[in-house]
Amino acid sequence: MKTGRDINNRHLGNIFAIIMMLFLIPFAGISNGDDHSQPQHITNDQQPEDWEEIVLEEEYKAGRMIIEHIIDAHEWHILSIGEKHVAIPLPVILVYEGKLYTFISGKFNHGHDAYKGFKVETAYGSTKGKIVRVKDGTMETDTASSLPLDLSITKNVLSVFFSLIILSVIFISVARSYKKRAGKAPKGLQSFLEPVILFIRDLAISSIGEKKYEKFIPYLLTLFFFILFNNLFGLFPFFPGGANVTGNIAVTLVMAVFTFIITSINGNKNYWKHIFNTPGVPWWLKFPLPLMLVIELMGVLTKPFVLMIRLFANITAGHIIVLGFISLIFIFGHLHVGLGYSVSLVSVFFAVFIGMLELLVAFIQAYVFTLLSAIFFGMATEEHH
Amino acid sequence: MELVSPGIGLIFWMTLSFAILLWILAKFAWKPILKALKDRENTIEHSLLAAVQVDEKMKALESEYEELLSQAKDERDEILQEARTIKNSIIDEAGKKASEEADRILESAKESIHNEKKAVMTGLKNQLAQLSIDIAEKLLREELSKTENQKELVKKLINEARLN
Repeated sequence: MKTGRDINNRHLGNIFAIIMMLFLIPFAGISNGDDHSQPQHITNDQQPEDWEEIVLEEEYKAGRMIIEHIIDAHEWHILSIGEKHVAIPLPVILVYEGKLYTFISGKFNHGHDAYKGFKVETAYGSTKGKIVRVKDGTMETDTASSLPLDLSITKNVLSVFFSLIILSVIFISVARSYKKRAGKAPKGLQSFLEPVILFIRDLAISSIGEKKYEKFIPYLLTLFFFILFNNLFGLFPFFPGGANVTGNIAVTLVMAVFTFIITSINGNKNYWKHIFNTPGVPWWLKFPLPLMLVIELMGVLTKPFVLMIRLFANITAGHIIVLGFISLIFIFGHLHVGLGYSVSLVSVFFAVFIGMLELLVAFIQAYVFTLLSAIFFGMATEEHH
Repeated sequence: MELVSPGIGLIFWMTLSFAILLWILAKFAWKPILKALKDRENTIEHSLLAAVQVDEKMKALESEYEELLSQAKDERDEILQEARTIKNSIIDEAGKKASEEADRILESAKESIHNEKKAVMTGLKNQLAQLSIDIAEKLLREELSKTENQKELVKKLINEARLN
């Protein structure tokens, strides 16, 4: 238990800083609905919602660029040359008022057009980047109608599919080489992955125990390699890498929920007794006000919640910092071209430095998520002594 | 805010994909891999145990061999010792027997010499006695052939008888 708590403490400051940052980003970054191919001049009747609009006007908007890079999207943007956008259109699947709509996101023309009564919201707000209903024949958002159920194959969904295929191919081939080379020393990819597999297995044994670990080991291995693969692929800046999968809260949410469900299903009598009737505390903490129960239940929910936030925040923060350093080049470049070039030296140096740090974080976060999951399983299956 | 509000679509696809990935890897990757690893670990453990056992056996054999060797040496020494004593005793006995035989031969030689000597002596005595008798006879005959000698003898004998 000690290791888990240590890691928690170590990351607490980190997470706190990142959460603070996340609260600051929307004010800094997300602009008020103009799209960057058509820069807008400030007029009196149009109040800009963020300071960047005023400071940088039609120039480079770092915050917006960064957010656009780290959030999910309906197309896989590769690069823009001037006004031309090179992007891979992705399938859009919508369920709206009981009807299914499927089409390619290219129909939206990078957010410029509406199609079948839908468009990608570009305006600042809670729906930014989501697909919304438009008023008939216009580009105006129909605020009166509800949001469609969006089951589109987005950039992150495609990345998840991609990692599913790659991981399956890698590990099935490794499994095959184990069968083929039974009784022999490992070779190639097999010998590269074997220490990692053994590392995770040892981790599971030490946190769950020799007797019960076997039940959880497939989940822990899958979790570790899924997170690690996507962390590393997220650092790779070109297609098919670069999608911020493990830095997306939906992805980390799903993994945290998996851990939560497995923990709850496997929780033994002892585990539930500790929650509903905590032994060793005075009775007045349980009756008439069930304070202990509330605290324990909160603890049960906090564990997966922290798992979700930790991974999301660490990976997203890394991406934000790297993109921030790169943005500095363009911010200074807009002020003066020479300044941009000189800043680029510093920026690239720091971006490389943070990139290396992120490489480390990619491993650490995959390890931490797996370790904490294993510890939770260990707590759930611990026998009373 | 998009960044911290999880999208339903991504949650749906992620859940589905992750569950499928978990199933595929658990069934086709982790199961054979972990089994192979466990098998290999068992094999290694068994081999190590077997090696230790073989080593122990070797040691036991070696000590047994050494014991046998020392036993054989002891036996050899014993046999040699025995042979030596036997040899000595044979020599001793032979010597003793030889001297005894020699003594016996000497004794019997002495005895036979003695006997011979006795026999010779006896024969000599007998012959001497015969010779004396013959001489005496001849003498007597010569003496008694004359009458006066006969008369003297008778006289003498009578005298002697009177004395008694």
